[in-house]
Amino acid sequence: MSLKSTLHNLKEKYKGTKMAPAFNALHTFLYMPNDTTHGGTHIKAADDLKRTMNIVIMALVPCLIFGMFNAGYQHYISAGAPVDFLSWDAFYIGLIKVLPLVIVSYGVGLGIEFLFATIKGHEVEEGYLVTGMLVPLIVPVDLPLWMLAVAVAFGVVIGKEVFGGTGMNILNPALTIRAFLFFAYPTWMSGDKVWVHGAVERANEIASGANVDAMSGETILGSLAQGQTIDYTWMDMFYGFIPGSVGETSTFLILLGGLFLIFTKIGSWRIMLSSVLGAIAMGLIFNGVVSSGWIVEGSKFYGLMSAPFWHHLLIGGFAFGTVFMATDPVTASQTNKGKWIYGFLVGFISILIRVFNPAYPEGVMLAILLMNVFAPTIDHYVVQGNVKKRMKRLKAKTA
Amino acid sequence: MGLLSKKDAKLITDPLADNNPITIQVLGICSALAITAQLKASIVMAISVMAVLGIGNVVISLIRNIIPSKIRIIVQLVVVAALVIIVDQVLKAFSYELSKTLSVFVGLIITNCIIMGRFEAFALGNGPWRSFLDGIGNAAGYGLILVIVGFFRELLGSGTLLGFKVLGDPIEKTGLYSIGYENNGFMLLSPMALIVVGIIIWVQRSRNKDLIED
Repeated sequence: MSLKSTLHNLKEKYKGTKMAPAFNALHTFLYMPNDTTHGGTHIKAADDLKRTMNIVIMALVPCLIFGMFNAGYQHYISAGAPVDFLSWDAFYIGLIKVLPLVIVSYGVGLGIEFLFATIKGHEVEEGYLVTGMLVPLIVPVDLPLWMLAVAVAFGVVIGKEVFGGTGMNILNPALTIRAFLFFAYPTWMSGDKVWVHGAVERANEIASGANVDAMSGETILGSLAQGQTIDYTWMDMFYGFIPGSVGETSTFLILLGGLFLIFTKIGSWRIMLSSVLGAIAMGLIFNGVVSSGWIVEGSKFYGLMSAPFWHHLLIGGFAFGTVFMATDPVTASQTNKGKWIYGFLVGFISILIRVFNPAYPEGVMLAILLMNVFAPTIDHYVVQGNVKKRMKRLKAKTA
Repeated sequence: MGLLSKKDAKLITDPLADNNPITIQVLGICSALAITAQLKASIVMAISVMAVLGIGNVVISLIRNIIPSKIRIIVQLVVVAALVIIVDQVLKAFSYELSKTLSVFVGLIITNCIIMGRFEAFALGNGPWRSFLDGIGNAAGYGLILVIVGFFRELLGSGTLLGFKVLGDPIEKTGLYSIGYENNGFMLLSPMALIVVGIIIWVQRSRNKDLIED
């Protein structure tokens, strides 16, 4: 008996009971159901919500695999015993650190989705499929798993279910989860230790008197915020051989994922492009401030302000946030003109927060959450503007 | 109940649950968000509001027939301001540290919507005894929510209750902290108080469907 028919039989068996939505979801997760709906007119399309989500996950897989290699690679560099990037040693560290993050994220998140669907008696909504993959990619590799579980539970319940579930949420759930982690457990989400596996542990050993070398786990943004010089080339930044959250480092792979999303028409190219333009605009403004000498070299903003504007696109979570999270179809603006405004402001504000908040030099998360809140307002004015324009045209015609 | 008639007892019990000033009427939210990071501050705030509202309701009720209705808001403000200043001075005299934690929020009891709301809605139309019970009841309903929120915020945010380290010592790594538990810093921020109040409202309304308004 094949998997498909087993799932189908299970679904039939539980039809009409409280557990039905759970088995329905399992059945349609990978397969098209055999039965068709009766009555009314229906449009049959291949790309339903599940297919859409699966495509985004496909775009994320390269980042995940790369993140696993990079976790081990950065660990061995910091420990003073570099290994080849594409080596089993590097991958092994990444595998045992990153895989549990993925499992906890999906386990807790989907568990809550199934629970809510069963209680409220609606179908399981697929919204968590992408969120569950995004979450492990935007957290530091050493994050304790129970913190992730608490954050996911919070993000799914407070960020999504209370608004009515998938499609009704105001804020991007993955970023809600990350924001919760950042405000609840700041020592695990920022600073110069958490970004490389083993650095926190090593610091504790040193604190308790062990005679070992300290490991640095600082990101490029962190170093810049403290006014230190960085010794990574822009090629390192572009390909992602730098410390950072699990999946955010490789701009190259994110770019490929973004092109894939644009090609399959899942992600909005308007948001991605305008967001990059916004970041460049703000970066150029800051570079201008530095070159015109309005800011002294000792200023605490100098390090990040003087970074070449195009470096901002390569470092930190900017590329990842822009491609995979600003484009979330639920929380972004819906109108085309609105998407341009929304995206531009995401990029613009990201760099602004990055430079003026040295305590936490990563503004992308906060910028996207902020613009999520304003997206409906932007849409409202775009639509109103359009209505006004047409009314004028109508009046001109009839007059 | 021997002491109170059934009707009078309702004045106290109603605001505790089905007509709670915070979760049902959504009044007095600002102080509930601001000072509930510690349980002790929540309790002191609850007692202060109870004193002000209990006495204030009686005073307004006693003079209700001689207040010209055109200037009644000003009269009410004078009464509540006088009482709040007394409470504030008492706190400063006997518990200076705590009055610093509560800072401006004791003074802001004056603007607490629950107080003006009860003056307007109840004390102006009822006798002193019933007004007193109503004041105590509403302040107790307000205090109950404050204490619940304060309990969770202090327990999860600082790992203490009333200052006692109930979960172990975070620096010495004893108790829960020895297995890797850490305090949730978000609980100490005001937004989390709003979320906790929201969860209380959620739980309350799903237990009693009559409270859900469309």
